[in-house]
Order: sequence, then structure tokens, then C-alpha cells
Amino acid sequence: MSEKNYQVIKGDVKARIDRWISQYPADQRQSAVMPALRIVQEVNGGYLTRELMDEVADYLGMAPMAVYEVATFYSMYEHKPVGKHKICMCTNISCMLRDADDLVEYLKEKLGVDVGEVTPDGRFSIKKVECLGACGEAPVAMIGKEYYGNLTRERLDELLDSLE
Amino acid sequence: MAEIPLNECCYRLNHLDRSWDIDVYMANGGYEVWKKVLAGELTPQEIIDEVKTSNIRGRGGAGFPTGLKWSFMNRHAPGPKYILCNSDEGEPGTFKDRDILRYNPHQLIEGMMIAGYVIGANAGYNYIRGEFWEPYKRFDNAVKQAYEAGLLGKNILGSGWDFDLYTHLGAGAYICGEETALIESIEGKKGQPRFKPPFPASYGLYGRPTTINNTETLASIPMILAKGGKWFADLGVPGAGGTKIYAVSGHVEKPGNYEVRMGTPFKDLLSLAGGVWKGRKLKAVIPGGSSTAVLPAEKAMKMNMDYDSIAKAGSFLGAGSVIIMDETTDMVKALERLTWFYYEESCGQCTPCREGTGWMYRVVHRIRTGKGRPEDIEMLKDVSGKIMGRVICGLGDAASIPVASFLEHFEHEFRHYIEHGCSIYDRA
Ligand SMILES: Cc1cc2nc3c(=O)[nH]c(=O)nc-3n(C[C@H](O)[C@H](O)[C@H](O)COP(=O)(O)O)c2cc1C
Ligand code: SF4
Ligand code: FES
Repeated sequence: MSEKNYQVIKGDVKARIDRWISQYPADQRQSAVMPALRIVQEVNGGYLTRELMDEVADYLGMAPMAVYEVATFYSMYEHKPVGKHKICMCTNISCMLRDADDLVEYLKEKLGVDVGEVTPDGRFSIKKVECLGACGEAPVAMIGKEYYGNLTRERLDELLDSLE
Repeated sequence: MAEIPLNECCYRLNHLDRSWDIDVYMANGGYEVWKKVLAGELTPQEIIDEVKTSNIRGRGGAGFPTGLKWSFMNRHAPGPKYILCNSDEGEPGTFKDRDILRYNPHQLIEGMMIAGYVIGANAGYNYIRGEFWEPYKRFDNAVKQAYEAGLLGKNILGSGWDFDLYTHLGAGAYICGEETALIESIEGKKGQPRFKPPFPASYGLYGRPTTINNTETLASIPMILAKGGKWFADLGVPGAGGTKIYAVSGHVEKPGNYEVRMGTPFKDLLSLAGGVWKGRKLKAVIPGGSSTAVLPAEKAMKMNMDYDSIAKAGSFLGAGSVIIMDETTDMVKALERLTWFYYEESCGQCTPCREGTGWMYRVVHRIRTGKGRPEDIEMLKDVSGKIMGRVICGLGDAASIPVASFLEHFEHEFRHYIEHGCSIYDRA
């Protein structure tokens, strides 16, 4: 496979994906499709494209359709541009009981965009997500790989200011 | 309230500085059981017997006896076998496994090693939900430390036994917590549950015999074997042994994880969590995660936190995820949010679940937005009744139970919305 001319799956990206492939049986490369999609999404600024999915399919020896199915089934994969900081606000029951809905409204107002949109400067986008498994710190948001708990309007202000 | 013993099992090290380091774990008896197992001082059969004596029931939500589950595997069957840990933790209200991964990952690793040995598996995967990056890093570092210490890998400590341990990261899908969906996901597919039988014990990951246990279940194993099954059983009640982590969230002063003994009175757990916030009164409790039936305060205040007592009150212990609602909670709004969740997360394979979850959400939404019709209540009862028992996996039931139980105990709030277009709390 190494002789192929991949646009993204090369160098460090390839090495990262290969590390995941190596932890599954040799005849089960497909098992690495989720980490592969995560990694190529990350290097592409947070979203997947048809070309990226096709490259993953080719690299793992999968039918492109099988990769599209995975990429559309799981909620952490994106198919259109997101903000540099994708603010994933949990609105499920425990966060709702502690006013998560108010924080979503506040974010929309503050950033001037709706859920699913990106701010004109490309810095932020808002996404509503299901329970993040951190309800003891409700209301909770995930931004990038980090969790931020016990959020209030004031904490959100500080947080957004601290992110470039 | 008498002094309540805390953190006797999975969280026993959480108060220590860098409790996630192998040095801290080993200084506190860690990996001693594993060494005994490798030295042949504890046979697989003895381990299964001890786990049966402990009376531990699976902590992932279904409460299946762990010793019995392990006895379904034939460790001498030829070919690969797998032990899987379920750290998908997606049930709304649940956040207990996250703190095992973050603060006591080695105890989970030791539990997986032992379980793998018992069932004859030379490889294991821990399925961690994709959002848990920090817990994943902690766990992954702990695995590296265990390899460096020679406790994982080939011919471990000269025993002739091989065991490799890996992590699989999810990417956002509640359904992957269902054990066969989890297997599909590791195989690189959509997380759609398989029709059972065959059960994973005969046809699991890559078609091989597989055992799946929850994080808390597996992390309890080293303590059960270190202190004895009887010790664990005696901590609990006759129907279920041990401690249990209760993740308390919602309207309490001190939300968080409380590892207490099985059978602790609910009212004591509520006090541990600082009581209902803002000096308000308790209205309702969901005792085991969003898939378990909601209970009115009067019933909850009389129950103890164990399977039998919660069942007698009309609900289920589930994953031990206790969601507290105070006297200002709009139950229609709460149910609207839960029905949306199940609608979003249904994998869509079975018509009653795919269509029914959508129906239930749309009807509750219509009621909440003041457009409900008198016949909607009966329709909700009817639809929820038609999903249960007619689908491939537990998500269908999980979606129906909230609807049925909210209507059972709080129907008047739904009727008020239908008649007045607003909640019982709105003074229109
Ligand atoms: C929709 C659905 C979601 C589930 N989510 C989880 C989960 O996040 N974690 C978990 O351990 N078990 C979950 N389960 C239960 C698992 O299918 C399985 O019973 C459990 O992991 C077995 O481990 P145990 O016997 O140690 O409890 C879920 C089940 C269903 C039907
Ligand atoms: S019950 Fe629902 S989630 Fe489960 S397999 Fe059927 S459609 Fe999928
Ligand atoms: S409900 Fe928000 S983290 Fe669980």
C-alpha cells in the first residue's frame, strides 16, 4: 500500500493510524476505521470530506460505502466545517435540570450564531450533544478534547475569552 | 444518620495523590492477586467460585450475576477468545466509570487480566466512549506502565500466559453501550445490535467466544479476590453483594459519585449528596439512569439502594445513576428531553423502536408546546406498550419505560398542559 499516493494518510498521520491498526488482528484492518476517521478529521480542521473518507476506505481495504456508513452513524464525525473551537453543550436531563438550555441560548446570543453554525471569524461553533457522562459537574460542555463543568454564563465568558 | 462507609472498593484509592500511578496501586496491594493467579495459586474454577460467592451482579445496567456469566465460557476451547470492558458510559445520569478510568485504572486493568485468564482470553479491549479523552489517556498510560512492569504481554512473569490489552475509542453513539453493538463497533461497523442468540459467549468479537463486562464490575474483581467473596457479599444485601457506586446528579447540593454499600437507604444517599438544593423539597427520583422508571418522592424516600428494594418501589437499580428532581421540575419538559434522546439514539433497525421513539417524542413535544390533544395520553401509553418486547435490543424498552412511568405518576401534569397549554407551574 505504501507506494500509493495518499494526500493525507502519510508521514505522521499514517504512523498514527498504523499504531491503531496494529492492535487488531492482522486480517481486521477495518477495526481501525473509527480512529482513522477521527485522525483525518482532526488534521482536516474538524470535519470529513468525501475524499478523506475514500482515502480511509482505500487504506483500510474497505468499500467506500462501509466507511460512509460509519462516518454518518457516529455523532463525533462532522461533514461540514465547524469552528476552531466546537462547543458541544450537553442538554440532556441532568444538565437540563441545572439550566443547560439557558447556556445554549446565551451562547447563541453571545456568538450571534445558531446551533450548527460557525462564527464569521471561524473561531466558534455550537453543537447540542447528548449526555457526556459527567453529570456530576452539570451543566457540562466539551470543547475540543476537554470537558468544562459547573458552567454558568460567567464561566462561559471567561472560557471563551481564554480560547484563542 | 449513622456514619456511612465510603469508597471501599473501586474508589478506594481516589483520595490519594496520583492514585492512577502504578507505584501507588502496587503500594496498596495492587497486582498481588494477578501474581497469585499467574503462580497457579488461584485456579480459574476457584476464581469463578469466589466471584459467585461475592454475589456481584453486573454494574452495566442489567444486573446479571458475573460469576454465572463467566462460567458460560469454555476456557479450553481452541482459538482466540476475548474479554471486553464496557466503558461506553452513555446512559444519561451515569458518570461513575469515568472516575474509575481517571483515578483507579490499574484496578480495572487487573480485573480485565484476571477475567481474561478465567475465560481463556489472551487479548482484551476496553471500549471507551470517544468523548472520554482524558480518561482514555489515563487508562492508556496505565496500560503502558503495566507492560513496562512486565504484567502484560507475552509469557507474563515467566508463567507461560500471554495477555495483551488494548483500548478502542468510540465516536459518539449511546447504542454502542449495548454489548453486541459494541462488538460491531470494534469490528469497524455501525453500532447496530445483533440478534441474539447466538450470544457473545459463543459468537462474539470477530465471531469468537467473548465476555463483556462493565468497568465497575471488572474493577471490583481484584478486591473480591483479595478480600474474599464473602467479604464482598457481606457488604451488601442477600440479593446483591458489595458496594455500588451511585452517581447522583440533578437538583442536589453536592452532585457526584458516592461508593456506598448495597442497601444503603436512599434518604442517606440523598443526605450524602447534600440534600435537595436551594432548600427545596424532593419531587421525583430516577434511581438507575434515564432508562429506569421515575419514582415520586414518597416512594423513593422509603426505598433502599439495592435491586430488590428499588424493584419493590417500582423501578430498577440499573447503572446506579440517581437523578434528583426538586419540587419545581416540569415533568413534561423532562420527559420531552428523554424521548428526544431515545429518538436520536435509536439505531433504526427495528420498526417499532425507530417509529415508536419518533412518535413518542413528537407527541410529548406537541403537549409541551401547548398543542396536545386529550387522546394523546392514551396514544402515548399505547405506543410505549407496543415497543416493549418487540425489538432486538434493550433500547426499545429503555425508551418506553420513562414514558410509561412519567404518565403513571405525573399524568395530571400532562393533562394540565393539554387543557391549559402550559405547565402546572405557569400562572398564566
Ligand atoms: C441501549 C443500551 C445501552 C447500554 N449502555 C451500557 C453502557 O454504557 N455501559 C455498560 O456497561 N453497559 C451498557 N449496557 C449493558 C450492556 O449491554 C451489558 O449488559 C453490560 O455491559 C454487561 O456488563 P455487566 O454484566 O458487567 O453489567 C447497555 C445496554 C443497552 C441495551
Ligand atoms: S431496539 Fe432500537 S436501538 Fe435496539 S436494535 Fe432495535 S432499532 Fe436498534
Ligand atoms: S446529562 Fe449532561 S453530562 Fe450527563
